[in-house]
Amino acid sequence: MNRKTLYSLAAPAAALALALIVTSLALLAGGHSPLLAFSKMLKYCFSKDSGAVITNKSLPLFISGLAVAIGFKMNVFNIGVEGQYRLAAILAAAAGAQVHLPGPLHVLLVMIIAMAVGAAWAAVAGILNVTRNVNIVVGTIMLNGVVASLLGYLLKHIASVKGGMRSTTTLPKSAWFPDLVQFGKGSRVYAFVLVAALVGVIFSIVINRTRFGFDLRASGVNPGAASASGVNPKSMIIKTMLISGALAGLIGMPLLLSDAHKYTQEFPTGFGFAGIAVAIVGRYRAGGVALAALLFATIERAAQILPQLPTAPPKEIGTIMQGTMMLSAVVAYEVVRRFGEAAAIKDAAAKAEGVTA
Amino acid sequence: MTNDRPGGVGSTADAPSVSPAIQLVDIVKRFPGVVANDGVNITVRPGTIHALVGENGAGKSTVMKILYGAQKPDEGHIIVNGAEVHFKSPKDAINHGIGMVFQHFMLADNLTVWENVILGSEPMSGVQLNDRKAKSDIAALAKANGMNIDPEEYVGDLGVGERQRVEVLKVLYRGARIIILDEPTAVLVPQEVDELFDSLRELTAQGVTIVFISHKLDEVLSIADEITVIRRGKTVGTTKPADVTARDLAEMMVGSELPSPETRTSTVTTEVALDVVDLTMVGAAGSRPTLSNISFTVHKGEIVGIAGVEGNGQTELLDLILGTHRPTSGSIMMSGSDLARIETRERRDMGLGFIPEDRQRDGLLLSQPLWENVMLGYQHAPPFAKGPWIDKGAARERAEHVVKNYDVRTPGVDTMALALSGGNQQKLIVGREMESKPRVLVAAHPTRGIDVGAQAAVWDAFRDAREAGLAVLLVSADLEELIGLSDTLLVMLRGRIVARLNPANVTKSILGEYMTGARVEEAA
Repeated sequence: MNRKTLYSLAAPAAALALALIVTSLALLAGGHSPLLAFSKMLKYCFSKDSGAVITNKSLPLFISGLAVAIGFKMNVFNIGVEGQYRLAAILAAAAGAQVHLPGPLHVLLVMIIAMAVGAAWAAVAGILNVTRNVNIVVGTIMLNGVVASLLGYLLKHIASVKGGMRSTTTLPKSAWFPDLVQFGKGSRVYAFVLVAALVGVIFSIVINRTRFGFDLRASGVNPGAASASGVNPKSMIIKTMLISGALAGLIGMPLLLSDAHKYTQEFPTGFGFAGIAVAIVGRYRAGGVALAALLFATIERAAQILPQLPTAPPKEIGTIMQGTMMLSAVVAYEVVRRFGEAAAIKDAAAKAEGVTA
Repeated sequence: MTNDRPGGVGSTADAPSVSPAIQLVDIVKRFPGVVANDGVNITVRPGTIHALVGENGAGKSTVMKILYGAQKPDEGHIIVNGAEVHFKSPKDAINHGIGMVFQHFMLADNLTVWENVILGSEPMSGVQLNDRKAKSDIAALAKANGMNIDPEEYVGDLGVGERQRVEVLKVLYRGARIIILDEPTAVLVPQEVDELFDSLRELTAQGVTIVFISHKLDEVLSIADEITVIRRGKTVGTTKPADVTARDLAEMMVGSELPSPETRTSTVTTEVALDVVDLTMVGAAGSRPTLSNISFTVHKGEIVGIAGVEGNGQTELLDLILGTHRPTSGSIMMSGSDLARIETRERRDMGLGFIPEDRQRDGLLLSQPLWENVMLGYQHAPPFAKGPWIDKGAARERAEHVVKNYDVRTPGVDTMALALSGGNQQKLIVGREMESKPRVLVAAHPTRGIDVGAQAAVWDAFRDAREAGLAVLLVSADLEELIGLSDTLLVMLRGRIVARLNPANVTKSILGEYMTGARVEEAA
């Protein structure tokens, strides 16, 4: 047990160390001092607004990580989270602006619409897979392309031009998600953090404690054995895509409900892809994904200070750090997994032979 | 590449005739926490067939790996043709004339026999492959060793026995004069075994030395010149077939008296548990049906055995009964209900137990702990499921129970399934299915790869469950097991049932003839 804990801590630590080394090399190559850069970045993480900014930024990353993780857990590689959340955000924003409801209900309605849209869009790839044998990865990637065009069409037809930018009608105040805490202007933590925590807990319980979660994990570990045990692989793929898509629908909600209150052509993109990295670093577990989301948000925040240094390294150094973090995490987890398996085999062999040296 | 003496057909003379071909002296091999070999002494005389027998886990494979250079012993000496050797790799071993033929063939189907043989040690003329030389060398080599094989044929078109001869040809081509064969008969039907034995005798007549690793004692007795028994990492003794019976050998292997698969009295009832009618499954257009008009009945308390060479429709039949595939026509009734519209999950809930033929592919979650594996197939029914929830406590309890009652050797129920040896994984699966008290059990090779002691425990479990009214459909490659356990025997060939036999009147060789189509039932 202790060895197990040690292994599971060693891997992310090794990944972080490797990420720091590679980032240092990148900084050195650009003629910057890694030591200065890292110390400034670290210091900036503890500056006045950073806590709130990092928390808020980590929310969509966390939800996106979960959306990706549930699929990856059963080898349903939903690469379409990106398109699912963007389509969900614009339709939920547009629909939410059309209704008038009391506060909490209105917020809830917008979230439900977003989840329904995300689920429906993800289900398209799932249905194509089980009925037409279209590979999930290919299907979801291509549907991302469809969303990009669809967004252009929707912005043209259901959004209007305001201040030189196409945007949906601003949501009424009843659909604004309140802030959890506010420290003066600009420094506030979205109350969506509570929703995210709840989603994380439910995710963990469903995966680890329910029959559905067992079926899902079994399908991921060994589809043949799962199917012999009575799991219907097709319905499992559809269910997983629905859940993954519904979670994807939530990604845009902290931004829409707590910040922008409307969908514009500048609505942030890329969370769906970032979620893949977050899910991998977080090993597809709720707790891990939460830590990975915080880490990625922290790196991104810290990198904002870089251009202000004397040698002005670009803030994309942060992206390099995130990328190497993910790649080295994959390697480190694999190494640890092999060590763990070898140790388990040794233990069992010793037990089976009954002869101890 | 510079291996310019392929085959070395005429090289017998340079081996001194008096010194043993191989001598292993006090070999000790430790793995962390385990002593796999603890004093192994074997002397193999040149030009003989020397059998090495022992249970699974006795240390046979470690001896084998040390012999062909895959592992280095911690202590002891290896003496080949009178000179001590230290192998660093299998390449060293083959340079000393020791070659290995594995149980699982390593051949490329889309290459011809001669291409497979030269793969990795191609004869070159400068930078060009000298294929004329290769072909003639191989033809000569096959002829000299009494092997009837066409070098131009594609390996994909060959039968199992012929493929095995290609493997032997491969090591001969690389100059091996000592050949280690690991369980060579495991994949063969009785007639092919006879052919193999003929070629082995031919090889020894040519001066080749054979080390034959097996746990099939009757075969060992019929082919070997000498037999060394290994138990718990130690050599128990060396004997000649004339001096011992199979029973003596088995007792040397196990160190105690042995089990037999024989069932006691018939417990067959008239109540039908599984009724298969006219089951047909058609594959791709134009190919012959995978299954044609399969009909049989399994009653409560009955074991129906299915014999057949692997790949004659048994796998597909099991898939249809399990419900992971659908038949083209025909019906399956279980306990009176038509299964046509019933999913696998409901079938399992109705009491259908399943022991898959490939335990790792279809029976286990290798990276998951044993307690999760014990639920697999039963995760939706009590005691493991409570509403939508999984009851981890109940699963752990059942896992402890299975581990104890079926002698699964494991550090605990939290151990990953992949850590267990194949035999222990099999015991876990058998225990899981038996402990869930199925009404119908579909079992494929339930004792494959497990040792004699555990085999007896599995057979006991089958007999007890049969007595309690379990209906069993048993597919097995172990003909002794089939004949011993079954109340009724069916033989499958090319997707059809070609014979219905009474196990009381059948011998292994008669069964083998039906399996290969050499004998046909007069009145079906």
